[in-house]
Amino acid sequence: MQKGGFNFDLYQRNVELIEKNNYKVPKTTKTGTTIVGVVFSDGVVLGADTRATSGPIVADPNCEKIHKISDYIWCAGAGTAADTENTTGMISLQLELLSLSTGRSPRVRTALTLLKNFLFRYHGYISAALVLGGVDFTGPHLHMIHPHGSTSTLPYISMGSGSLAAMAVLETGYNSKMGEEDAKSLVHQAILSGILNDLGSGGNVDLCVIKHKSMEFFRNVDTTNSKRKFRKKLPYMFKSGSTKILEKEIEEKMRKMEIVNEKESQIEELEEL
Amino acid sequence: MAGKNCVAIAGDTRFGVRNQTVALDSNRIFKINNRTLFGMTGLNTDILTLRESFKFQMNLYNLEEEREISPKTFAHNVAQTLYSKRFGPYFITPIIAGLEGEDYTPFLCATDLIGAMEFPKSFVVAGTGEESLMGVCETFYKENMEPDELFEVISQCLLAAVDRDALSGWGSVVHVLTKDGITTKRLRTRKD
Repeated sequence: MQKGGFNFDLYQRNVELIEKNNYKVPKTTKTGTTIVGVVFSDGVVLGADTRATSGPIVADPNCEKIHKISDYIWCAGAGTAADTENTTGMISLQLELLSLSTGRSPRVRTALTLLKNFLFRYHGYISAALVLGGVDFTGPHLHMIHPHGSTSTLPYISMGSGSLAAMAVLETGYNSKMGEEDAKSLVHQAILSGILNDLGSGGNVDLCVIKHKSMEFFRNVDTTNSKRKFRKKLPYMFKSGSTKILEKEIEEKMRKMEIVNEKESQIEELEEL
Repeated sequence: MAGKNCVAIAGDTRFGVRNQTVALDSNRIFKINNRTLFGMTGLNTDILTLRESFKFQMNLYNLEEEREISPKTFAHNVAQTLYSKRFGPYFITPIIAGLEGEDYTPFLCATDLIGAMEFPKSFVVAGTGEESLMGVCETFYKENMEPDELFEVISQCLLAAVDRDALSGWGSVVHVLTKDGITTKRLRTRKD
């Protein structure tokens, strides 16, 4: 059984396969993405699109990019899908254990340091660009974390391939005295701008509003982009038997055995002796 | 592909090295337990290695937990195994199909080579012909198909996509999993 950390056993073989044999490597799922975070008077709003791509193909039209780090600390992730999932999962685990051992509710700054140190150790090879937002007892916080491990603390952030489109909306609409509804609407518009203008972003809009001891997750708030408008009314029908079969094998599920009769004669024999 | 309380996995059976066909009967779809089917495409040596590795893990799970693994848990297990080799991955694209829970709700999961999971409700595709498969499944898929219709639809999708992919073909196998068991059918494909 292996110990913790990554396993590099197959690395050498893979290098030879790619260079000498020109092996066509399967594509990783990336989240092209537009992710956005905004601080408002009472808390933080995080937003993300829902498209995951594999090269030019949309692998998942409705994936979840806003991950839970703890109850009131959430993180939106862009980059390689497996990396964002596993990094946020790992830090969520560490934060839970830390909060249990210290007996205190976790701080956003702790999550930030854990993420930053983890990503820096791998010098950018773990491709996870994150927008970390949450409310702890010190107030609302919003941070951006780059894959190499650098961080920034800002009142409004956008990351991912659609970050330029989203930032344009944020720069126009942001003001430091926003309330919850204004902030939600601004984030919504910023994500929508990313979905419409950036090819790597698409699908629906997800929003996450975090306030003191309260969190609301709006999954698929805006689905105008994903409803297929022109769908053929009559679906294709394949009649039973239209595919020719060469061989057929049926494996029936084994039913649990029921005990019908229990014989007690063996026990009586032992007692006689 | 998912239907009404049933799922189906279909795959071709060609094993080749670039343009040369080496075997016509390589099976890449495996039964994990009565509720879970697991298929892989990609580098054959990794498929065989992972087949043995998961067989071992599942045997251990059955002995320790004294119950069968649910498809969702198995999918997470696959993702974790693949991510542990993040830098130096297995070159495979796995698909997990199963029936989850007491109501036998269909469960589908596909991951990329490093374990990024997705859980669509309709269909998952993988392999050298995945782009063609994506297109044809998107067209023919309907919701709530009964097992017979599901078999017809998934077979036609596979046959259509295999015809457009030079590296696939030479026989195919379709497994349909319902709460009563697994029906396996072999189809004739083009032998070129």
